[in-house]
Amino acid sequence: MIDISVYKNWGSFTLDVALHHQGGILGILGASGCGKSKTLQCVAGIETPDDGHISVGGKIFFDRKRGVDVPVARRRVGYLFQHYALFPNMTVEENIRCGVRSSTRDLARKQVTSMMERMRLTGLETLKPAELSGGQQQRVALARILVNEPDILLLDEPFSALDSYLKEKVIAELKALLAEFPKDVILVTHSRDEAYQLCHSIAVLDDGRVSAVGPTKELFANPQSRAAAVLTGCKNIVSARKSGPESVFIPDWQVTLHTGGRPVGDDLCAVGIRAHAFHGGEGVNSLPVVITEEIEQPFEWIVKFRYPRQSLATSDIWWRFAKPDRPDILPDRLTLRGDDILLLYR
Amino acid sequence: MDWYPLWNSLRIAAIACVIVFFSGIALAYYVARLPRILKGILDVVLTLPLVLPPTVCGWLLLLVFGLQHPVGIALNEAGVRFVMTWYGGVLASAVVAFPLMYRTARGAFESFDETLAWSGKTLGLSDTFIFWHIRMPYCKQGIIAGTVLAFARALGEYGATSMLIGYIPKHTATISTTVYQLWRTNDEYSAFIWVLVNIAISAVVLMTVNLFEKRSRERRRPA
Repeated sequence: MIDISVYKNWGSFTLDVALHHQGGILGILGASGCGKSKTLQCVAGIETPDDGHISVGGKIFFDRKRGVDVPVARRRVGYLFQHYALFPNMTVEENIRCGVRSSTRDLARKQVTSMMERMRLTGLETLKPAELSGGQQQRVALARILVNEPDILLLDEPFSALDSYLKEKVIAELKALLAEFPKDVILVTHSRDEAYQLCHSIAVLDDGRVSAVGPTKELFANPQSRAAAVLTGCKNIVSARKSGPESVFIPDWQVTLHTGGRPVGDDLCAVGIRAHAFHGGEGVNSLPVVITEEIEQPFEWIVKFRYPRQSLATSDIWWRFAKPDRPDILPDRLTLRGDDILLLYR
Repeated sequence: MDWYPLWNSLRIAAIACVIVFFSGIALAYYVARLPRILKGILDVVLTLPLVLPPTVCGWLLLLVFGLQHPVGIALNEAGVRFVMTWYGGVLASAVVAFPLMYRTARGAFESFDETLAWSGKTLGLSDTFIFWHIRMPYCKQGIIAGTVLAFARALGEYGATSMLIGYIPKHTATISTTVYQLWRTNDEYSAFIWVLVNIAISAVVLMTVNLFEKRSRERRRPA
C-alpha cells in the first residue's frame, strides 16, 4: 500500500501530489518536467518535501508533522534509475554484490550466483557495465535491486535508454518479472504504451499536480482531463462547451456533436477524439469534411481533414486507419460514434 | 658531489604531496557542498596561492610563522620551528602546491554523476563505502593528474621556500635553491649537473602522466 502526499516549492516549479495506491503497479504518466521523477525521488528520500507525508506498506518514510524523515539507506527502496546507475568501475558481479545484505561471505556469493542465473547474466560476471548491451545493463541493475530485497520498486523511465527494437522485448521481460514481485511498484514514464502494458492503475501528472487518476483501462477510455487525453495518445483535442443535455458545440470547428446518450456536465471545457474513432459509414455525427493531406505510414494511413466552416487558425483533424481498410475513394463525410467523444473537464 | 639537495627535495616534495593529496581532496569534497556565498569565498582563498607570486606566499608565511610573530613564537616554544628547517620547506611547498590538487580534484568531483551515489544509498551502502569505492574510482583520472601536478610543483618550488627556509648546505638546501646558489658563486659545472638532474626528474614525472593517460584511453575504448 502506498500513501503519498507531498508538497515542495522550488520557486519556478511546485510539486503538489497526492496518491493512494492499493497493491500492484502504479504508473505515473506525464510529459517531461511535470514532476514525475521528482515524486519518485521524494519517495526514495533523494528529495525532501517541504510538507506532507509518505508511507509505503505501512512503514512511514516521511511525515513533516511528526518530524519523521527516514534516511535513504534505511528506506529499502529498489530504485531503477533512468540510465541504470551501474557503478562503472565495478564488474557485473561486483555491482550485484553491492546489493547483497547478507553478512556471511558464502551466503552472499550464493545469492549473487542465483540472482545472476535468474536474470540470465551467467557468463557476464567479469564484464564492466560499458561492455554490456542496454538490455543487459537493465538486467544487471534489476538484479542488484532485487538481491537487495526492497519493500517497493521505483522504476524511473526504465525503457528510455533502450533502442526501440529492443524495447518491446524488454517490456515483456519486465512484465513477467514484476508479476513475481509481491510488493508495490511505481513506474514513471512518458509513454502511454509502456503505461498501458505494465500498469494496473495510472496517475497522470501535469505541471506538478495529479490531473487524472484511475485504473488503466478506465483512464484510457475516459481520460477526464486534457493532460490525460494528450498523454493517452489522443490526437484531436479541442475546446468545447455544452450545447444541450447530450450534445457539445465546438467553436473552432463550427460543429455540434451528439454524445449518444451520455450526459454532458456543465463544466465541460474540451473534447478529445482519437484519430481511430472516425469512420466512413452512416450515423448520428455524420458531417461533411474536406481532406487536406494523406500520409502513408508502414501499416497505417493518416488522413488530415477539416470541417467546411472550421476557422483557419486551427489545425487539421487527424484520422487514422489500418492500410487494408482504405476505401478506393476517400469519403466526403465522416461519422463519429457518440461514445468515442472524450468529455474533458480540466 | 653532495647529493643532499636531491634527497631533501624529494623528501620535501613527497611529504608535501601526501599532505596536499588528503587536504586537497577533503576540501574539494566539502567546499562543493557549502552554500554558494561561502563556497565562493573559500574557493578564492584556497586558490590564491596559485596566482600569487611565490615570494608573496613566502612573505605571508613568515608573517605567521616568523620568529618575531605570535604564532611562530608559540610554536617555537613548543619545539616546532618552520623557519630555516627542512620541514619548513614542506610547509612552503604544500601551500604553493595545494591549489593544483584542490582545483583538479574539485573539477573531478563536479563531473561525478551524483545518481551513482544515490543509487548506492538506496541499496543501503554507507557514505564511506560510496566515497572510497564509487566516487574516488570514478574521479581517479583527475585525482592522479592533480597529485602529479602538485608533486611537480612542490619539487620545483623556489620562491616561498627560499624565503622561509633559506639556503643552508646539508640542512635546508633543495635542488632549486642549490642551482641558484651555484650560479651565484659561478660554479657553472655543478649548476649544470643539478639542472640535468632536475630535467631528468621532470621528464620522468611527465612520462608517468602520459602513460596513465594512454592506459586510461585504451581502457575506455569500447570492447
